[in-house]
This record gives sequence, C-alpha cells and structure tokens, in this order.
Amino acid sequence: MVPDFSQDFFALFGLKRAYRIDAARLDQAYHELQGQVHPDRHAHLPDTDKRLSMQWATQVNEAYRTLKKPLLRANYLLRLAGTDTDHESNTTMSPEFLMEQMEWREAVAEARAAGEHHELEKLMQRLVKHASAIRNEVEASLDTQKNYAAAADAVRRLMFIEKLEHEIEDALEALES
Amino acid sequence: MSTAPHQHRLAAGIDLGTTNSIVATVRNGIAVVLSDGKGRGLLPSIVRYKADGGVDVGYAAQSAQAADPRNTIVSVKRFMGRGQKDVSHIESMPYDFVDAGGMVRLRTVAGVKSPVEISAEILKSLGARAEASLGGELVGTVITVPAYFDDAQRQATKDAATLAGLNVLRLLNEPTAAAIAYGLDNSSEGIYAVFDLGGGTFDISILKLSRGVFEVLATNGDASLGGDDFDQRVYCWILDDAKISFPSIEDTRHLLLKAREAKEMLTSHDEAPIHAALRSGEQVDLTLKIDTFADITKTLISKTLAPTRRALRDAGLTVDDVKGVVMVGGATRMPQVQRAVAEYFKQEPLTNLDPEKVVALGAAMQANVLAGNRAGADDWLLLDVIPLSLGLETMGGLTEKVIPRNSTIPIAKAQEFTTFKDGQTAMSFHVVQGERELVSDCRSLAKFELRGIPPMVAGAARIRVTFQVDADGLLSVSAREMTSGVEASIRVKPSYGLTDDEIAGMLKESIDHVGDDVQARNLREQQVEAQRLIEAVEAALDADGGLLRPDERADIDEEIAALRKRISATDHRAIKAGIDSLNAATQDFAARRMDLGVKRALRGHKVIELKL
Repeated sequence: MVPDFSQDFFALFGLKRAYRIDAARLDQAYHELQGQVHPDRHAHLPDTDKRLSMQWATQVNEAYRTLKKPLLRANYLLRLAGTDTDHESNTTMSPEFLMEQMEWREAVAEARAAGEHHELEKLMQRLVKHASAIRNEVEASLDTQKNYAAAADAVRRLMFIEKLEHEIEDALEALES
Repeated sequence: MSTAPHQHRLAAGIDLGTTNSIVATVRNGIAVVLSDGKGRGLLPSIVRYKADGGVDVGYAAQSAQAADPRNTIVSVKRFMGRGQKDVSHIESMPYDFVDAGGMVRLRTVAGVKSPVEISAEILKSLGARAEASLGGELVGTVITVPAYFDDAQRQATKDAATLAGLNVLRLLNEPTAAAIAYGLDNSSEGIYAVFDLGGGTFDISILKLSRGVFEVLATNGDASLGGDDFDQRVYCWILDDAKISFPSIEDTRHLLLKAREAKEMLTSHDEAPIHAALRSGEQVDLTLKIDTFADITKTLISKTLAPTRRALRDAGLTVDDVKGVVMVGGATRMPQVQRAVAEYFKQEPLTNLDPEKVVALGAAMQANVLAGNRAGADDWLLLDVIPLSLGLETMGGLTEKVIPRNSTIPIAKAQEFTTFKDGQTAMSFHVVQGERELVSDCRSLAKFELRGIPPMVAGAARIRVTFQVDADGLLSVSAREMTSGVEASIRVKPSYGLTDDEIAGMLKESIDHVGDDVQARNLREQQVEAQRLIEAVEAALDADGGLLRPDERADIDEEIAALRKRISATDHRAIKAGIDSLNAATQDFAARRMDLGVKRALRGHKVIELKL
C-alpha cells in the first residue's frame, strides 16, 4: 500500500540530479505534487485516505526541503554518491579554517555582549558573501569536477558558516526582544 | 476520490475570536457571514453561567457582564491551553480561578469550568446558527486559530469543537484564512504580509501567492497581545487620572467597557469623553485625547513590530519585497496601528475588506472545498507552517529542537535515543515548544513515558522517537525500539491540556445533560458515515475502476453490498464494523489512485521539461 517513494528526490520532482537546480521548476513541481497529495485534497474522504495523504504530503515536504536548501541538497547528493558528511570525525578541518571560525565566533559574541546591532548585521553580510563563495566551490566540485572529497570538505565548512549565521540571527533576535 | 455530483455538503467557517466570533458559509459560490435572528453577524465571545443551570452566549451574556462579572466569562480565548501564571492582567479579572496545575479553570455558579467547555458553548451557538440558517446538518467546519497559537492552544480549540459536536475539517491559521479571502478576491500574486491584530492575539504572516498557491513563508506573533491590551492601558489611565485606587470587580468591568468605547470612538474622532458612575456613587468624567491614547499605547505598537521584523528575516526577505500588507482584526482600525504599519512597510496597508469578517470568510471558503464541494475554479492550495519550534528536553534542562519553526506542515522528524542503564525498560520524555535554549523558558507540551523496552545492556537499545505534525499544526509523538521492533507503549500527559478521558467525561456529561439519546445519535452518525463512504468508493470505482483486477473489484463490490445491508439495521456497532471493513478493502485501491494522481502530475511536468 505504501506508494513508491524509492526514486530519488530529483526524479520525484522531475529534475536532473545535480547541485545546480532550476528553483522555479522545483517550486512548480512541488506545488503540482502537493496539489495531488496534500491533506486538504482529502479532508472529505475516509480516515484511510487522510492518513495516506498526510504521509505522502509529509514526504513531499521533506523532499522539497532537501532540494530547496543548498546545504541539504549538497549533503543529499553526497549521500547518493556514497560519501557521508554526517560524521565530523572522518576528516580534520584545516587549522586555518578553525582559527578563522574562532575569530568569527569571538566577533559575534563581542557584538552581542555590547549590543551592537549594526555590527552584527555587518558580520552577517560578510558571512553571507563568504557562504556564497563556498557554495560556488560546492557546485564546481559536485557538478563539474565530480570531486566528492572536495565537495564534502566544502560542505563541512558550509555547515560551520550556517551555524554561525544562526548564532548571529539568535543574537539579533535577543537584542530586539 | 470524488463525490457524487449535485450534492452540496453543508460546511461552515468559524472565526472563534477573543472578543467576537463569526460563522460564515459559501452560498451560491459566494462566502457570506451568517447573522442571528436580529440580523447581527457578530457573536460576542461571552458566556454566562446562570444559577438555574442555563447558559447565555453572546449579546444576552454581554448585557449581564457588569452585573454578574464572576459568572460571565469574556475573552476566554486567552485562557485556552494556558496555566494560571501565563495569563496577563489576571489581577484585574473578576473570576474565581481554580489553579490545580495544568490549564486554568474557573469556578462559576454552575460549577468549575475549563476554557475548553466555555469555548464549546460559543461554538455550539455558532454551529446551531449555521444549521438553522442552512437548513441541515453541517458536514464539517473549519475553525480558525491564531497562527502563533502553540500546540496546547490548538489542541484546546479542537477539543472545544469536539465538545460542541462539530466535525473539524481543519484548524486554519487566521492570517492564512484572511489571505485566501483577500487573494482570491483580488487575484493577487507576489509577496504579501498579513498583519492581524485581534482582540487578544497578534499574528504576522508572510505569504507568497502564485497561481492559486498560498504559501506561508514565515509567521510570528504574540499570543497574548491584542485590542484588549489597549483597553487595559486606557483603563489604567482612567484609574490614574480619576485617582481610583481599589475598584470593585463590577467597577472594573464597567470601566473596561468604557475604556473600549473610548478606544473605538478614537478611530474616527480626536477625543473621547469617558463618563461612568461607580458603585460608591463617585462620578468619573474624563476626556481622552487621541495623542494621549497614542502615547499610552506606544509600547504595545512596538510589540507588534518586533515579531514583524523576525517574520521577514525568517522568510529571507526585506520590506521592499512586500507587495501589499493586508490588515486583519478589529484592532487594526486604530489609526496609530495603521500609521505604524504604513511607516514600517513604507506603503499604505490594504483595508478594503472588513478586517473583522475577512477571517471567517476565508475559513468558509476553505471549509467549502474541504467538505468536497470543490468546483473548477476552487483549485487553490494552502501550504502553511508551524509557528514555534518543537523539541525535547535533554540533559541539564536544555532543549533539543526536533522540528524548527516555520517548517511547512505536515512534517515528521525522528530522533534516536538510547538507554543509559543496563536492563533499563522505561524512558521518560518531555516535549516542549519554543525558541529558547532552556526548557524552563519554553512551553511544556507533554510528558510521556515509554515502557516495555526489552532489557539490554546500556547503550544497546535504539529508541526512535518520531514527531509528526499534521495539517492542523497538531503534534503527535510515537516511539519504537528499533533493534527489537517493539512498539513501546506511550502514556502522554499533556501539560496544559485535557486528557482524552477528561474530554470523554465532559462529552458524556453534556450529552446526559441535554438528555440526548446517545444510541440514536451514534446510529445516525454511523449511517451518515456509511452512506458517505459508499458514495465515495462508488465514485472512485467509476473514475478509476480500471486499476483493479476483476477479483479485487468483486471483493470491494461485496463489501459495499454488505455495508448497504447493515445501514438499515439499528446497531451502530455493526455499521461501524462494516465501515472499517470497506475501508480496509479499499486501502490498496486508494493508494493506487493516489499514485496515479502523482504520476499524472509528474507526467504533466515531463511535458514542460521537453519544451525547455
């Protein structure tokens, strides 16, 4: 009775398996799929249909989220290629990168303690630029060079950056409330 | 499965508001508010319990509120899913609170009442209004809730509907309901903000509208901020200015009413006179100027802007991306609110729909399609989110987020845990909701205990806890030990909600009270359900019968015939068994049809691909 969700998420949305995707087409395919499976389409039907529909819509949402977010999409592609990025133990980050991270972190903590709203936003802007450069690296190593080890390294760096972004967001939020 | 044609299913949308409630329906393709016998569309959300056991709801209760404040409950929505310590301004409330932990309760002349029961009275009244006006039984209702309501508040609302005997097709977020009504009315496309300041709650939702899809990108708010708080500020100003130190509960209610009148007057005047006679014989004679009013409510306005900023940031957008701002809720009539919104968004907000009715109208439209009355043009799709992160308590009183806020629903997430003692057979979990790191700063939703874990050495068990949030935004939690496959039993104790047993007890009490024949009611319900199922299955067979092998088809036909025979019998249990049996027999068929539906959608997609 369980529908065939065995195909990968790219196939589910009718997309080519690659890091670079057409966001508008992903959105459109997502809307079309949800248009079929969403619980609102089955609210007047027996409980069996409602349960199935919730399960399907849940999976479609999960698939969409995975492809929509660059970091998740890169991770997913690496998993499909048999490279696992989940375990931080399978590599050591370069000392330069770790040092840089510490400096970022200190800058955020200082700005937060001093209530420097503007400084936090400036840090955020720099970080966004930084992240975008790493995403280009990810794209090149996944789509062009097929160098999964290099991609995994870039993805791990991206995880650090996104964590920092969240820290800044939290700091901004804390200052506002 | 589609339903038989030419059969309009009666459905209604209900805006269960803090101050006023409204019921609306779609008639001849147009959403309309249903009025009472005197032509009044609003029902004041006020319930009065009387000594003779009777209950007044709405205007009748409102007229008694100053005379009998203890038994006349206003703004009960503020108590839904809330403990006593969560309720603001509790000191100026005239009620006799019962704090036994969990959801707050009120002692009235008719006994101790939970906010769920009190809200159920309002819903019952609106349901009855709809059935009288439509001339038949409602198939289902859509009930709106503030987008920022947490799980306990949503569950309390759904429980209230169950107690009122209403079938809930969906809990719908208020700003989303407003967006449907507004968007469909204006065929809008692009990014819209819905700024919804009601009587007691504030929501801000950022939506993307595109080709019939209403996609909520982010939502934020304050579940205890609304027009009531503006009244409260004016009331405090009156006490201050008239030098009243210890008002009686009757005087308090009276002055709060005067405060609200003044507030409403200031939407179209520069000043409002306030005249009131106190019980002591003292006279209050004041004039509230609009500038003073703006001044004493300034901090309330800024409390709406912080969530607005957060919502935009979560959506990854800036004010420049916002194409229009839809104003919802009576409190957005205040000029200083409109000014603040216009200033923040750098554009005049949209006020062309009645801010008090737009939520109910949107809910009615959604109820109409969810009930199965979808017509060709009603092909819209809603994609909504959860407002607050869901998580579990971990070591040291910290929260671990399992599902982040603004995740599109339905959503499921699993997390694995292990035992830390040899031979451990039970584990406790604490489910919380909120953004803060400390469990004590989040809302406690429930505690549950997992039993029946097979004894193993510490660390060997793999317990997978799954959070599932459904399309109503309601959470359910399940757990399974993975190495043995044992589905351990869960006992959930809601922190601020009612248990299933309590609901069942209240339901029984209310049914006993009106002397309804439970048997007859059950029978009627099962008959309707059976009829509905048969129609749905037959329509599905007509449309996609080709998906079945002849023997499968024969099985289903047999089940239909068997259920049909049982409908005319008088045993509701036999009918229920027949329904379950037909449901089971068509499960595969339903799955295949959905599969086909998806393939059709994908096929459509492939065509697009080829063109590119």
